[in-house]
Order: sequence, then structure tokens, then C-alpha cells
Amino acid sequence: MDQVGSGFSDFLQFLFMGLQRGSIYALVGMGYNIIYNSTGVINFAQGEFVVFGGLMMVTLTMTANLSIPLAFLLTVLFVTLIGVLMERFTIKPVKNPNVLRLIIITIAVSILLKGMAMCFWGKGSHYMRHFTGSDPIEVFGATLLPQTLWIIGILAVVVIGFVLFFNHTMIGKSMRACAINRDAARLAGINDRNMVMLSFALSAGIGAIAGIIITPIIQMDYTRGALLGLKGFGAAVVGGLGNSFGAVAAGMLFGIMEAMAAGYISSHYMDAVALLILLIVLFIRPSGLFGSADAARLREF
Amino acid sequence: MERRDYIGIGVLLAMVIAVPFLVDNPYYLGVLVFTALNCLTCIGLSLLMGYAGQISLGHAAFIALGAYSSALLTTLAGWSPWAAMGAGAVISAVVAVIVGVPSLRLKGHYLAMATLGFSAIVHIVAIAAVDITGGPQGIGGIPYLSFGDLVLDTDIRFYYFSWAVVIIGLILALNLIHSRMGRGLRAIHGSEDAACAAGVHTALYKIQIFIISAVYASISGSLYASYATYIDPGPFDVMHSVLLVTMVAVGGMHRLWGAVIGAVLLSLLPEILSSFSGYFQMIGLDYSQDYDILIYGGILLAIMLFLPEGLFSGGRSLFRYLYQKFSPAEEEG
Amino acid sequence: MAQYPLLRISGLRKVFGGVIAVDDLDFDADTGSITALIGPNGAGKTTVFNMITGFLPPTDGEILFVERKIEKLPSHRVARMGVARTFQHVQVFSQMSVLENVMVGRHTRSKTGLFLSLLTPPFWRPEERRIEEKAREWLSFVGMEGIADRPAGSLPLGNQRMLEVARALAAEPKLLLLDEPASGLNARETLAMGELIGRIREMGITVLLVEHDMELVMEISDQVVVVNFGRRIAAGTPAEVQLDPDVIAAYLGE
Repeated sequence: MDQVGSGFSDFLQFLFMGLQRGSIYALVGMGYNIIYNSTGVINFAQGEFVVFGGLMMVTLTMTANLSIPLAFLLTVLFVTLIGVLMERFTIKPVKNPNVLRLIIITIAVSILLKGMAMCFWGKGSHYMRHFTGSDPIEVFGATLLPQTLWIIGILAVVVIGFVLFFNHTMIGKSMRACAINRDAARLAGINDRNMVMLSFALSAGIGAIAGIIITPIIQMDYTRGALLGLKGFGAAVVGGLGNSFGAVAAGMLFGIMEAMAAGYISSHYMDAVALLILLIVLFIRPSGLFGSADAARLREF
Repeated sequence: MERRDYIGIGVLLAMVIAVPFLVDNPYYLGVLVFTALNCLTCIGLSLLMGYAGQISLGHAAFIALGAYSSALLTTLAGWSPWAAMGAGAVISAVVAVIVGVPSLRLKGHYLAMATLGFSAIVHIVAIAAVDITGGPQGIGGIPYLSFGDLVLDTDIRFYYFSWAVVIIGLILALNLIHSRMGRGLRAIHGSEDAACAAGVHTALYKIQIFIISAVYASISGSLYASYATYIDPGPFDVMHSVLLVTMVAVGGMHRLWGAVIGAVLLSLLPEILSSFSGYFQMIGLDYSQDYDILIYGGILLAIMLFLPEGLFSGGRSLFRYLYQKFSPAEEEG
Repeated sequence: MAQYPLLRISGLRKVFGGVIAVDDLDFDADTGSITALIGPNGAGKTTVFNMITGFLPPTDGEILFVERKIEKLPSHRVARMGVARTFQHVQVFSQMSVLENVMVGRHTRSKTGLFLSLLTPPFWRPEERRIEEKAREWLSFVGMEGIADRPAGSLPLGNQRMLEVARALAAEPKLLLLDEPASGLNARETLAMGELIGRIREMGITVLLVEHDMELVMEISDQVVVVNFGRRIAAGTPAEVQLDPDVIAAYLGE
């Protein structure tokens, strides 16, 4: 620690860990934002999408021995389907949607999903092989797992896909229109109910991707949804709820701060750091670090 | 308070007095004590959910704050259990301010997430800070509460005491909602903008209600500690918070009486289920507490989808519907 | 007498993102007068109301109410100072009774706090009785005393608009802001609303009004301020404004 070199390699090591965790929070935070923008609801089952993604991937790769790309695709489809079913059976039937009621519904769904995960996959944690070997690469004295590169790379792909989808496709533009002004979008002939369903589908899909890529590193079990969801939410809030680039930046920030806290202070305080940042940001800048104050004040929940 | 509230309290009081004459099995009295503790927490939570329109997923953590304050201050510092209970309530109120102020200044439902995070931290600390909380082993030898020479060391004594606390808590909460402040809170629920324009200090009231509901939970936790005389982190997890939300929602969150009914029903449900476990086995199902998570999740979802006003109000509208359907026929005949 | 008007708005600006909703607006409202704020849809009239009542912070400019700057105060503080309002989309507390709605209007005129509310039952509180008495008085002022116990949400729109006015009046404000009080009302109800606004002025309450019903505006207003794209394009008595070429152009879309 006294030497500059080893100090730097420690720092680098923590940074890698932070980027890897941060990518997951960024993805989970994006998932919150998609549903929030289309419904005004904070979806408490977001963390469960991540758990289902991870556990399904374990089953498909480790038990069914499918190749990773195929299992990846099937898992994302599977969890997307869960998202669609959730919307069709628990959100759409609500006649006079009031936000409090919808939020309690998502809490109930998250409990049910957690219970189902326990029934299907048991209480133990599940090991999954890394995408391309687990031999670490040495970088300036720090070790970098190939999986970390996969995580960061996949986050980048998702973000690029996200931008292309929302800016250059008709459906994406329709979803944005709904988020800005639902009545006007409806008048323009957009089916807003389908947009809500689509937002659950997308959000579940992104959650699944987060679960799939992190499982080789953290070993998934059915209880992990709450904490992953919480930190992802923290990223969404700090980034300015509804602002997905903010969520990505804030997610990275969370991950890095958390890893630094774990490395330099104590790993016991790791989980507390994320929450502390969240509370401090709410105190000082309720609109998040990257949101505008007016928007946060006006936002109708 | 309205007349029917007084009638309700009279009925509740009569039932509380009568039940021990019908149930003398100490196990069931114990179950009824836990029911009372859940009732107390749910009354506070119902103020928060039904009147401030906010959800807390951290009430189990406030129960834990009360329980651990009582346990630590009595066993380590030798405080009287009453003083420890008061200290727990103060600590919970302070924590409620810290968690509540940032999240309640904003419109929306940040409080649910903030309390969830707070709850996770309390649980982690309770398990990890072994030197103070005893970690998973917990803390034993917590003294009983007493009034002078009358020590609350039997199930029946604690039963009466805990229900007396519930009734007092209920009366205070009923006073609160039938006041200028309660009206202001109900107004927020109808239209937050119009309430603000009428001069209702929305954020302040929400925070005050959150503090009150945290104190209710904390007192319930202190009572738990001095009844059980032993605590460990087990019962204070997020799942218990969700269960409390379910109780309030099942009874009907816009009525305090709904919270009481929901708490009683769901506290007794596991007893009912396990008494049927023989039947479950006959049809090839192996009931175990692991499935509680599915059962409570299912109940919460079903209530929110099909009976969002809860059993209490839902039952009343059903009654009214039947009354309207059948009473004109009587007049004709 | 060179005294300040009750309300003075100077250089008021509001920018949403890149859109200028209110641009450098000035006008005064004298004590006891009726001022109408008119203009095409989207001219920024409701935004002005929201800034006066503390729902939105202005980007720039000053709002003086009884010689105090109020543009930075939160809405409940502005209400305490004696500003009451109604809403364009009628906002009654639909789950509460008509009487209770008006009782909420007495909020700034009563003060029982948290601990007293917890510890004393309602029948021990003389204040509670006074609130109810006053609320009933204001209900009969708008002619709704007969339906005091009905749930507010079950009333027809005309009654809901009247109820909003009664709730605002219950605060006994110095300044009353009415946001399109006649919108959605039929001819008879509009007449009744006009008559009610007249009686409110007689009590010495200053009224600021946003309204699209020109007949109503021209009949009851002392002063009319015309805004378009957030800018004041004319101001004066109803007769003056009606002859203003800019106003005619704005309304005919030239």
C-alpha cells in the first residue's frame, strides 16, 4: 500500500470491480426508467427480473448445456415474456389506476416472483461458467476478468441499441411520445396500452440481461432481487428519474464508489454506501444529479 | 370520532375481555399477543398508507429499532423497560426524520425505496454487529415490563396489556384523523394541488405521520422484546414489512378499522393454515412456512386487483348492495 | 393616495426548457377590483396563476402581494398570506363530503397541531365546531347548504365549480384567483357564477380571473389584461381592450 505502484494497481483493481457492478446498476436503473416513463410507477419487481434472468441462464447453460449465445437469447425472451404477462395480468386490468395501488401491485408481484424463484431453483446459490473462460488478464498489476469486459461491452451494446430504438424507430418514438403526453399521443393514433406493455417487455428484457451477465461473478440466488433492485433504483434516482443516460452515469458512479468503499474502508459498509449516496442526493438535489429541478417538481406520479 | 367508532371500540373491548374465557391454551394467547403487536404497527402504517398516501417497506426495521433499544438498554445499561421503550420511540422518530425528510419532500413514492434501503441496512447491522446486537444469536434475558409489583410475566397479563395498548393507539389515531390535520391529509389524497392551495403543508404532515407510524412500530417492537425476553434478527426482515403492508391492504387502507381487521386475520392465518396441514397432506401438498411468501404475495395481489378498498370497505359495499337489492322488494310485499 | 396595489407583478418570466411560457409580464390588481387575464389557449395564463400561488417558481421577475415579495414562497405559505384559488380542471376532494371540502378551506384559519389532534377527541375542541359553523356559512353563501353531506365527487360539474369557490372563500382570502370558473358551465350556471363573483367583490375581496367566456369577462371586470405567447399585448378597461387592434389581431389569428 505504501508503494505508489501497488497503490495504483489496488485502485485499478477496485475500479474494475466498480465498473462491473456499476454496469449492472446502470442496466437495472434503465429498466426502472422505461416503466416509470410510460406509467409513472416504480416497478418493485425490477430486481426479480434480474434474478430470473440469472437463474434461467444457469439452468439453460449448466443443466441443459445449451451454448451461451442461444441460452442468452432464450433467457431474455423468457424474462421478457414474464414482463409481458405481468403487465397483461396485473397492470392492465386495473381500471382506475392510481399510482399507490399500482406500486403495491408491483410489490405483490415481486414477492410472488421471489417465491416462485425459490420453488423452482431452491434456496441455494447457483454457479455459472464465465462466458469466455475465467483466466484473469493482468493490467498494470491489477487483474481483469474477461467477464468484466463482457459486462461493460454488453452494457455499451444495450445503450447504443437503446438510443437507436428510441430515436430511430417508429415504436420507440411512439413510446417517447406517450411518455411526454399520453393524451396527445393517443390522439395521434398511438395505442398507449400497447406502449405500456412494451415498456414492461423492454424493462424485463434489460433486467434479464443484467442478471445473465452478472451471474458468473456473483452466483445468483433467489433473494438477490431486493438489493440489486434497490441499488438500481438508486442509480435511476441519482441520474434523475426518467433520464436513462443519467441512470447509466449514476449507476457507474454507484458501482465505483461502492467498490472504493469496500476496498479502502471495509466491505461491511459496501451496501450502505449506495444508500447513503441516494439519501444525500435526495437531500441536496431531489431532481437527481443530471435532472432539471422544474421537471422533478412537476412530474406527476 | 364518529359514533360508529365508539361502537367499534366497545365491541373490540368486549371481545378482548371475552376471548381469554374461551381460549385458555397459552399458545393461542401468545398468538393473540403477536396479533395485538401487529395490530399496533398496522394502525400506524395505515395512517401512513391510507392518509398520507405513502408506503413504507421498512416498518419491520422500526420494530427492530424498538426491540433492540429495549433489549440493549435494559440488559447492558440496566434501564427500566419503560424508559428503554421511550428511548426506542425517540430513536425511531429521529431515524424517521432522517429517512423521511429527503424522500417526503418530493412528490411521489421515493419513501417506499428509502425505507426498503434503511430496512436492509438495519437487518445487515443486526446480523453483522455481533459485539452489540449479538448477531444471529440475538439477545436474551430481557426483563419483563411491570406496574409496581404487578409483573407482566404471564401470557394472560401481557395479553390484556398489549390489547389495552392497541385500543389506546387506535383511539389516538382516530382522534388524529378526525381533526384539522386528518382532514388536511385526506384532502392531499383527493388532490394534492388543491390541498396545497388551501394552505395544507403537505410535506410537513406527511413527515409527521411517518414519524407517528414509526413510533407505533417501535413501541410494538419494545413490547415484543419484553414479552419474548429474547430477540434475534430473524423476524425483522423485509418480508415482515411486506406482510404488514399486506395486512393493511387486506383490511382496507383507507380505514383504520381495516388495519385492525387485516392484522387480526393475517396474524391468525398461519395458525389456520397449519391446523389444516393434515388436509393439505391428504391432497398431496406439503404445507410448510416456505410457501407463506407465495400465499401472502398472492393475497396482496388478489386484494389489490379485485378489492382495492380492502375487506372492510369491500364488505360494507357488498352489504349496501345486498340491502339495496332486497329492501325495496320487502316494501312492495 | 400613492399606495401599492394589492398585487403587483413586474417583469415576470417563466421558461420551460427552451419554451418561454411567460415573458416579461407586468400588471397590477387594485384592492377590491376584478382583473381578468385573457388570451388564446397556451398564452401562459395558468402559468401566471401557478407562479402567484407558489406552485411554480418564476424564472425571473417579482410578485408583490401586500408589499411583500412572494415569488419564492411555497404554496401553503402563500395560502397563509391570504391568497386562495380554484383550478382550471376542477379539483374537489371527491371522497370527502361537500361540508368537509369547505372545512379544509378553513385550514389557514385554524391551528390545532399534531399533539393536540392526537390527544383530544374532536368533541373537546371548540375550534372544530367553529370550523364547521363557518364552513356552513360559506356553503349557504354559494347556495349549497342543502347538499352539505353529499360526497363531493358525486356532484355535477356546475356544483363542483361552486364548491371550489366556497372552499376558497372559506379561507377568507384577500386575493381570490379563479381559473376559468365558467368553463364547462351552461348559460344559467354561468350567469349564477357571474353573480357570485360580483357578490365576492362587494365583500372587498380582490379577484383575479382567467376566463374564455368574453361576455362574462366584459361584464364583470374592472380591468382586462390580454396576453399572447406569454407577453402582455394590451391592458385597460373592457371597453378599451375590445377596441385594441393588437387584441383583435391576436384573437382573429392575423
